[in-house]
Amino acid sequence: MKHRVTNFAKQFGLFLLVIWTVVSLVTLLIELVPGDPATAILGEQATPEQVATFNKKHGLDKPAFFFSISGEKGFNWHGADNRYLDYWKGVLTGDLGRSFRTDRPILDMILERYPATIELAVVALLIAVAIAIPLGVLAGTNKNSLIDNFSSFIALLGISLPTFVIGPFLMYVFAVKLGWFSPTGSANPEDVVLPAVTLGAALSAILTRMIRSSVIEELGEDYVRTARAKGLSERKVIYKHVLKNGLIPVVTILGLQLGVLLAGAIITEKIFNWQGLGLLLLDDGIGRRDYRLVQGCVLVISVTYIIANSMTDLVYRWLDPRIRLG
Amino acid sequence: MNRLTYIGIAIAAVFILTAIFAPFIATHDVAAQDLFLRYASPSAEHFFGTDALGRDIFSRVVYGARISLQVGIIVVTVSAVIGIFIGSIAGFYGGFVDKFLSGYVFNVFLAFPGLLLAIALVAFLGAGLGKLILALCVIGWVGYARVMRGQVLKIREYDFVQAAKALGASNMRQLFTHILPNAIQPLIVQASLGMAGAVLSEASLSFLGLGIPPPAPSWGTMIEEARGIDILYNSPHVLFFPGIAIALTVLSFNFIGDGLREYLDPKQRKR
Repeated sequence: MKHRVTNFAKQFGLFLLVIWTVVSLVTLLIELVPGDPATAILGEQATPEQVATFNKKHGLDKPAFFFSISGEKGFNWHGADNRYLDYWKGVLTGDLGRSFRTDRPILDMILERYPATIELAVVALLIAVAIAIPLGVLAGTNKNSLIDNFSSFIALLGISLPTFVIGPFLMYVFAVKLGWFSPTGSANPEDVVLPAVTLGAALSAILTRMIRSSVIEELGEDYVRTARAKGLSERKVIYKHVLKNGLIPVVTILGLQLGVLLAGAIITEKIFNWQGLGLLLLDDGIGRRDYRLVQGCVLVISVTYIIANSMTDLVYRWLDPRIRLG
Repeated sequence: MNRLTYIGIAIAAVFILTAIFAPFIATHDVAAQDLFLRYASPSAEHFFGTDALGRDIFSRVVYGARISLQVGIIVVTVSAVIGIFIGSIAGFYGGFVDKFLSGYVFNVFLAFPGLLLAIALVAFLGAGLGKLILALCVIGWVGYARVMRGQVLKIREYDFVQAAKALGASNMRQLFTHILPNAIQPLIVQASLGMAGAVLSEASLSFLGLGIPPPAPSWGTMIEEARGIDILYNSPHVLFFPGIAIALTVLSFNFIGDGLREYLDPKQRKR
C-alpha cells in the first residue's frame, strides 16, 4: 500500500512537472513573434503612443522573464515583476488574459467553443474504435483471405486520404447530392456525423492495422496454444485472451491519437465550419494575430492531452502486468 | 516481399523521380496564369486541366511532389534516428534515465501534438519550409522513441538477452546485437506511418494557409483552393488530381512498410 502511495505521488509529481514545462513553453511562445506583438496587431502605421498604450494594457511593457542576457548589457536581473510570472499567476487563478482584439477574457472564449470540439473528438473516437476492432480482428484471424485484403484496402484508404479530401467528398455526396446532412455548421445534433466520420477515418484505419498486426502476433504466442488446448472456444480465445493483449499497443496509440484528433479537428472544423476550439484558434487567433488567444488555445489542448496521456499509462499497466514501468 | 510492396516501391520511385526531374517533366511554368482558361477540363494541352487562375495543374502537381517528398524524407529520417537512440537508452537503462526521459521529456514533447506545435510555431514565427520541417522533427522523434522504449523494455527480459548478459555480453552488445534487431519491427510500421504523416502534415498546414506560402505549388494549397462546393460540383478535377497525388504517395509508403514488416518478421511471414 505504502509503495502504491509513493508511486502515485511520484507519478503526480512528474505530471505537475510536465504541466509546469508546457505552461512555461506556451508562456514564452509569444517571445518568438518577429518584432513585437503590438506592431503586428496595430500595424506599421501605429504611433508610439498607441503601441505604448497597447503594451501597458496587456502587460507587454514588462520584461519577458526574471532576467535577460543581451550582447550589450550582459546579464540583467529584472526581478519578480515580469510577464512570465504574471501569466503563471493568471493561469493559477483561471485567468488566461484578455483577447488582444476583442478584450474578452480568453477563458470565456475557449469555454464557449471547447465543448463542440470535445463532442466532435469523442464521436470520432467512438466511430473509429467501433469500425477498427471488428475489422482488425477479422483481418487478423483470416490472414491473407478476401476479408483481410478488403479490410487492409479500406484501412490503407482511410490512412492515405487526408481529411481535407475525405471531408469535401463526404460533403458532396451526403450533403449536396443526397441531402441527408447540412453541408456545414453545428446547429443540429446530426451535423456531427460528417465531421466525425471525416475526423475518425484515419484513426480507424490506423487502429485496424494495429489490431490486425497485434492479433497475428498474439496468435503465435504459447498462451494461445494453451487456451486452445484447454478447450476454449475460438471466440473466447480471441476476445478474452488475444484481444486483451493485442489491445496494448492500441491503447498507447489511442492516447497519442487523442492529441492528434484535437489538433486534426482544426482541419475538420475548417472544412465543415464546425464552431469548435480549432476554428477559434485558426480564424480568431491566428487569422487575426490574436497571440494571447493562440496561447490560450494551445495551452488548453496541450493540458488536455497530458491528462489523456497519464490516463493511457494507467490503462497500459492494467492491461499488461508484465510491464514494469519503473 | 508481396506484390503490393513492389507496387508501393514502383509508385514511390515514380514520385521520387518526378520530384528530382520536375523541371523536365512539367509542361508549363507553375506560376503562369491564363485567366481565359480558368477551370479548364483536362486536355492534351493541360493534362490535368487548369485551376482558378488558369495555371496548369499537371505542372503544379509535379512540382508539388518535390515539396512533399522533401518534407517527408527529412522528417522521418531525422525523427527515427533520434527516436531510436533515445528510446533505446530509456528502455535499456531504466531507472532514473528512463524516468527522466519517458516520464518527463517524452511527456513534454508528447504534450504538443505535431500538427498543433507546427501551427503554434507558424503562428508565432511565420510560415516557411525550414520552420515547418523543424517543427515536425522536433515532435516526430517522440513517437519512435516511445515505441522503441516499449520494445526494449519487453525484449530485454527475454531469455536470449538474459543468456547473453549471463555470458558477459556488454550493454552495447546486448542492445545493438540482441535487442535492436528484434525490436525494429514496430518501428517499420511507425516509419511508414511517419512518412505518410509528414506528407499529410505538410499538406494539412498548407491547406490551412500555414504551410509553404503561395504561389509555391503545395498539394495542400491546391486542395484548399478547390474546396468550394460549387468548384467540387463543376470542376472536380481541381480537387481530384492533388488529392490523388497525396493519396498515392501515402499509399505507396504504407505498402512498402507493410511488405517490409511481413518480410522482416518470420512469425508473420510463415503464418
